[in-house]
Amino acid sequence: MDGRALVKLAPVILRLILPFALVCLAAAETTPVEFSRDVEPIFRTRCQGCHGAKQQMSGLRLDRGEDAMRGGYSGAVIVPRKSADSRLIQMVAGAVEGRIMPPAGEKLSAAEIGVLRAWIDQGAVWPAGSTVAATVVRPKSSHWSLQPIQRPAIPAVRTAAWVRNPIDAFILERLESEKIAPAPEADKNTLLRRLSLDLIGLPPTPAEVAAFLADKSSDAYERAVDRLMASPHYGEKWARHWLDQARYADSDGYEKDSRRPHAWRYRQWVIDAFNRDMPFDQFTVEQIAGDLLPGATIEQRVATGFHRNTLTNREGGVNINQFRFEQLVDRAAAVGTVWLGLTVGCAQCHDHKYDPISQKDFYQLFAFFNNAEEVNIEAPMAGEQGPYLRARNDYYRERRKLLDEYKVTELQPEWERKMIAAADTPGKWTDLDVAFDTVQKMVDGGEKILRTPPAQRTRHQQDAITDHMVRWYSQVSGDEKFKELKFKELRKKLADLEAAFPDLSQAQTLAESPEHQPTYLRVRGDWRQNGVEVHPNTPAVLPALTAAGEANRLTLARWIVGRDNPLMARVAVNRMWQELFGQGLVATSEDFGTQGARPSHPQLLDWLAGDFMDGGWGMKRMVKRMVMSAAYRQSSAARHELDARDPNNTLIARQSAFRLPAELIRDSVLSASGLLYPAIGGKSVQPPLPEAVVKLAFGNNDWVTWKETTGPERYRRGMYITYQRTIPYPVLANFDAPDAGAPSCRRQRSNTPLQALNLLNDPVFVEAAQALAERTLREAPADSKDRIAYAFELCLARKPAPAETDRLLGYFERQKSILAAEPESATKLYPVEPEKVTRVEAAAWVGLSRVLLNLDEFLTRE
Amino acid sequence: MTLAEYAGMQTRRDFFRSCAGGIGTIALSQLMAAESAPAVNPLAAKAAHFPGKAKNVIFLFMAGAPSQMDLFDPKPELMKWNGKSLPPSRTKDLKLAFIKPTATLMGSPRIFKPYGQSGMELSDYIPHVASCADDICLVRSMYSDAFNHHPGESLLMTGSPLSGRPTMGAWACYGLGSEAQNLPGFVVLSSGTGTSAGSNNWSSGFLPSTYQGVPFRSSGEPILYVANPAGVSVETQRASLDAMRDLNQQHYQQTGNQEITSRIAAYELAFRMQASSPGLIDFSKESPATIEMYGINREASRAYGTNCLLARRMVERGVRFVMLAHSSWDDHENLTKHLKTNCDITDQPAAALIKDLKQRGMLDSTLVVWGGEFGRTPMTQMNRPDQADNAGRDHHPNGYSMWLAGGGIRGGQVIGKTDDLGLEVAEEKVHVHDLQATILHAMGLDHKRLTYRHMGRDFRLTDVEGNVVRKMLG
Repeated sequence: MDGRALVKLAPVILRLILPFALVCLAAAETTPVEFSRDVEPIFRTRCQGCHGAKQQMSGLRLDRGEDAMRGGYSGAVIVPRKSADSRLIQMVAGAVEGRIMPPAGEKLSAAEIGVLRAWIDQGAVWPAGSTVAATVVRPKSSHWSLQPIQRPAIPAVRTAAWVRNPIDAFILERLESEKIAPAPEADKNTLLRRLSLDLIGLPPTPAEVAAFLADKSSDAYERAVDRLMASPHYGEKWARHWLDQARYADSDGYEKDSRRPHAWRYRQWVIDAFNRDMPFDQFTVEQIAGDLLPGATIEQRVATGFHRNTLTNREGGVNINQFRFEQLVDRAAAVGTVWLGLTVGCAQCHDHKYDPISQKDFYQLFAFFNNAEEVNIEAPMAGEQGPYLRARNDYYRERRKLLDEYKVTELQPEWERKMIAAADTPGKWTDLDVAFDTVQKMVDGGEKILRTPPAQRTRHQQDAITDHMVRWYSQVSGDEKFKELKFKELRKKLADLEAAFPDLSQAQTLAESPEHQPTYLRVRGDWRQNGVEVHPNTPAVLPALTAAGEANRLTLARWIVGRDNPLMARVAVNRMWQELFGQGLVATSEDFGTQGARPSHPQLLDWLAGDFMDGGWGMKRMVKRMVMSAAYRQSSAARHELDARDPNNTLIARQSAFRLPAELIRDSVLSASGLLYPAIGGKSVQPPLPEAVVKLAFGNNDWVTWKETTGPERYRRGMYITYQRTIPYPVLANFDAPDAGAPSCRRQRSNTPLQALNLLNDPVFVEAAQALAERTLREAPADSKDRIAYAFELCLARKPAPAETDRLLGYFERQKSILAAEPESATKLYPVEPEKVTRVEAAAWVGLSRVLLNLDEFLTRE
Repeated sequence: MTLAEYAGMQTRRDFFRSCAGGIGTIALSQLMAAESAPAVNPLAAKAAHFPGKAKNVIFLFMAGAPSQMDLFDPKPELMKWNGKSLPPSRTKDLKLAFIKPTATLMGSPRIFKPYGQSGMELSDYIPHVASCADDICLVRSMYSDAFNHHPGESLLMTGSPLSGRPTMGAWACYGLGSEAQNLPGFVVLSSGTGTSAGSNNWSSGFLPSTYQGVPFRSSGEPILYVANPAGVSVETQRASLDAMRDLNQQHYQQTGNQEITSRIAAYELAFRMQASSPGLIDFSKESPATIEMYGINREASRAYGTNCLLARRMVERGVRFVMLAHSSWDDHENLTKHLKTNCDITDQPAAALIKDLKQRGMLDSTLVVWGGEFGRTPMTQMNRPDQADNAGRDHHPNGYSMWLAGGGIRGGQVIGKTDDLGLEVAEEKVHVHDLQATILHAMGLDHKRLTYRHMGRDFRLTDVEGNVVRKMLG
C-alpha cells in the first residue's frame, strides 16, 4: 500500500526495518570474486542503462570506479567490507521498503547479489583499467530551444505588397506555402480599440476614435501607436502581465495570509521600468540581483522584490527551516520559468523526466539563492522625505507617550527576557514556547531583533518588536491581565497615530548575507534529507558560467542575459507576441522544454529574438515592431474555411479575438462609465467586497480585514486591487486571474455562468451602469437614438449598426414599460432625481447601460 | 411572474422559440447545436473510466484536525501513561508543531463502547454517528506528510502541500462533469470560523475556473451575485438577457467567433441558477421529521444541520461534489470543552445525512467522507500550566482517523491500527494520497489516468503516489 514511507520518514524507518529486512538478503559468496569477470558484467548489463555514461539517475554512475565509490545524490552506495550497510546491496535486494533496483525487468538473482556482496566484503576493489574511458563532457541536447539563436534571412514572398515589416515576410511565406491568403485588415474602429486595449489596457474614448477616423494621413496608425506607447498607462498594462510572472500579491499566503503593506513598491518599480522602457537585460539583472550591483541604488534593490513575492507561512508551529527551503525552491523554479522557459522545478525531487535538467542542476540553481536574506528597506517616493523628517520627532514623542501611558515601556524588558529564555531553553515553560514561536513567525528576523540590544536596533526593528508585544501580550499575561492593560485599545491608538503621520515607503528586498550557507542537494526533494554538497552553477546542458570570481546571483543574472543563452530572448519575445496575438509562437509560453509545444514559426521566433538583442533589448521597440506588422492588423473574424486545417489559428491567417483578462474587464467598465480614477502606481486599494467573501478567510477575518477604500481611489484599475491570496477578489477569481502561488506566464480564458452573474449583479458593475447612464444623459444629444449611439460608442468604440440601434431601442421601450409598472424599481435603479428626463426613463438608461456592459463584444478584444 | 415560474414554464427549446423574435432560424439552430456541443459546456456529464458506484461526493471536512483518540481510536494504554513523559527513544523521531518531546501524555477522558453489529468502538461524544457504525468504514491508520494546517489542508484537498493545485472537487468535475442543470458542479458550504487554507480548499488551481468550488450560503444570497441588484425585477433581468442574446447573436453573425455562443449559453445558465438557487434553500417542503432529524431546530446544530440538508438537496439536483467545511477543531487548549462543542454542532447532522440518504435510496450512489487534515498528539499541550482544564493536544500527522460511508464503501469495518499509544500507525497505513485514489476510484476514475497537462507535465490529484485501498470498497 505504501511505497512512500522510506522516502518521507527515511531515517526513522530505515533504522526500524533494516535489521529485519537484511535477514532476507542473499548470503555473500565466500569464494574470491574477480571484478572484471564477475562484477563488471552485472553493472554493465543491469545497471548502466540508468547509471552509466549516458545518464546518471540520482547522480549515480556505475561505469567508473571513482564515481561509483563517490555514490549518488544521497551519498555513498558502496561501503567497502560492509555489504549489508551498502545501499547498493539494499536496493538490489529490495530491502528498502517498496523499492527495488532495477525498477523494471528481472530482479538480480540471489547468486548475482551474492557476487556483489562478496566483492564489497572483500574490499570493493575496482581495478584500474577496467574503467570505461570517459572524459567529462557537458551533456548535449538536440532540442530546438537549446540550440544557438540563428539569424535567419528574411524570406522572399510573392505578395510583397502585403509585407509591412520582416515579421510579415515570415508569416506570409508560411501562408503562401499553404496557399492561404492573409485576412483583410481590420476596420479602423477595431484597430484602434485593439491597439488601445493591447498597449494601455483601456478602450479608446469617442474623441480618440473620431480623431483616428478623421486622420487620413499615411502614418495615422503609427502615430496612434506612438501616442499610446507614450501614455503612462502603457506601463500599467505591461506591468500586469509581468506581475503574473512575478507571482505578485499583497499578502503572505497560507493560513494567516498577513497583509504585505510594502509589496506595492515592487509593483511601482515594474510600472516605472516599462514606462521608462528599461532594456530587458537591465530589467532582468536588477530583479534577479539588483542588490549586488556595484553601488546599488534604492530602486535597484527594490527590483529584487521579485523574489519576495514568494509565499510566507506564519502559521504557528511551522518549521522555519522547512519554509525557508520551500521559498528557495520557489525562487529557483521561478527564475527558471520566467527567464529560461524551463520547468526546472520538476527536478526538485529527481532528475527531470523529460528535459536535460538533473536534480543536481536544480540544486546548483537553488544554491544561488541560499545566501540571500529578506530585508525590508526604506524606499521613499518623491516628496516623502521632507514631510517625514519634519514630523518624525513629533511622531516618536507621541508614540513614546502612549507606550509609557499603557506601561509598555515598563513591561517590555521583562517580556523580552522571557522570550529569550524560551528561545534558550525550549520545553521548560510551555506557555512561553508558544509565545516565542509566535515572535519567530510574525516578526521577520524576530529572534535576531530580540538578541540585539535595544539601542542598536533600527527604528523599524524596535517598532516591530514592540508592536508585536502589544498585539500578543496575552500569551504571557493571560486574558484577564491583558484586558486590564487595555492593549487592544492601545493597538488602535498606535495604528491611528501611525496613520496620522507621514511615513516613508518601504520595500521588500533581498540582500546577500555575509555568512556563507552551504547548499546540499535534497534527496527526493525532502528538505530534511541532505545529499551531496553542491555549489552555485548553471544547468549543464546550457552554456557554462564564464564570469570570473565567485558565482553569485549577479553572475547568474549576467549569464541569463548573455548572448550565448539560447533561451531568454526567445522566451521574452514569445510572451510579448502572446500578449499581442492571443497566443505565443510557442503556445506553451511557460515551457520551452521537450514537453512544450514546438514553435509554429521557428525562423520568425529566432529572427525576433536576434532583433531583440541587436536592438539593445528595447521592449517598446519590439512591441512596436509587432503592432506595426500587417499580421497584427488583420481582422480577427473567424475564417470557417480554415476551421479544419488550422483550428487554432497557428498559421496566423487572421488576428485572434479573445476575452479580456480580469483586470481589464474592470478597467473597461470603469473607463466607459467615466468612473475610472486614472492615477498611476501607488498603494493597493480595497473596493467594495461582500462581507460573505471576507468571512471565508481564516478565523472569520480575525486576520484578514478588508477596509473599504473611500473616495475616488476605489475606482482605480483592477491591477491595484489588494490581492489577498486566500480571498481573491471575486472578479479576479471568476475571470481567471492567476492565484499568484507560482509564476503564471499565460492565463486561462474560461467562459462561465459565474462570470455572467458577476458582471450582471455585482454592485460595482451596477454602479458603473448607473454612471454610464448618467454620463450619457449628460453628454449626449437628447434624442434616444443619439444617446444609444453615444453609450454604445463609449463601450465598443464604434457606432451601432441600424439593427443594433433598433434592438436597443426596443429594449429601452420595454424597460420603460416594465419600470412604469414598478416605480420603486425605477427609484432604486436611479436613486437621484434626474434632470432632463423622467425617473423611469433615467432608470431605463441604466438598464440599457447594463446590457452594453455585458455584451460579449465589450468583454472581447477583437 | 417569479423567476422560478419562468424557468419552470419553459424548456430551453421552447424558450428560444418564443423569444426568437430577433434571431433568424440559422442562429437558433446554431444556438441549439452549441448547447449540445461538449466544447460549449465543459461541465456536461462525461463517462467515467469504469463504472463507479459513487455518483456524488459529500466531503464533511473537519478543518483544524479533530482529536482521534477522543473520538475514534480508544487507547486504554494511554491512560496508564497519563501525566508521564515518554522515554526519548520513543519520541526522537516525532515532528511536533508547538510542544516539545518531553510533554506529558494525556489519556482520553472519553468513554468508548462498541456499536452496531460490527462492534465498532466509538466515543460517547459522537452517539449519533456511532448509531451508524454499520454503515461507516472507519480508517484508524491515516497518515499525512504535513503537520501544519494550510499545507495539511492543501495536501488533503489537492494532493500537494503547496498552493496552486486543483482540489478534489475540481478534479471530480473535470473528470465527470456534472449532472446538475442549474447549479455549479462543485459547491462549498462553510460553518464555523473559516479554514486555514481558505479558497485553496476549493480552488480549481490550474484547471479552468469552470471547475472551481462555488461557495454557497444557506441564507440570504446563496451564491455570490446570484440575486438581482436592487431595482432589477425578474422581468427586467429577462428582458435584458434577451437583448444581450440578440445583440450577441448579431455580432456572432458578423464575426463567427464561437466564444459568443458559449457566452450566450453561460448567461442562460446563470439565469437558470438565479431561478433555482432560492428554491434550493427553501426547506418548506421538507417534513418536520427531516428538519428535526438534522438538528435544525436545535441552536447548536442549526447551521451545520442546514448545510447537511442542503448537501442532500444539492446531490438530488445532480451536484457532483459538495464540501462542507466546518472549522475549527484545532484544540491546542481546552480540548474537552471545545470537542464537546464541535460534536454538539456536527454529530447529529452528520448522522442524519447518512440515515436520510439511506432512507431515500441515495446512500449507495453518494459517498460521504468525514475527516480533517491530520490528527492530534497523545501528548498534552499546556499553554496555561496554572489552569488544569486548559489541556489540549498538538498536531499529529503520524496516525489519525477518518471515516467514509456510502458510494460503494463497505460499512461496519475498521481499517488499520495505531500503536498502543497512538504515536504511529501500526497496521495498514493509509496515506492521504491513498484516500484520494480510493475516493476517485469509488467515482469510477483511475487516479493515474485523470491528468491535466500544465507547465510541461501531466498533473494529477495524487501527485506521483497513491494506491486504491481495495478493502474499503464493498
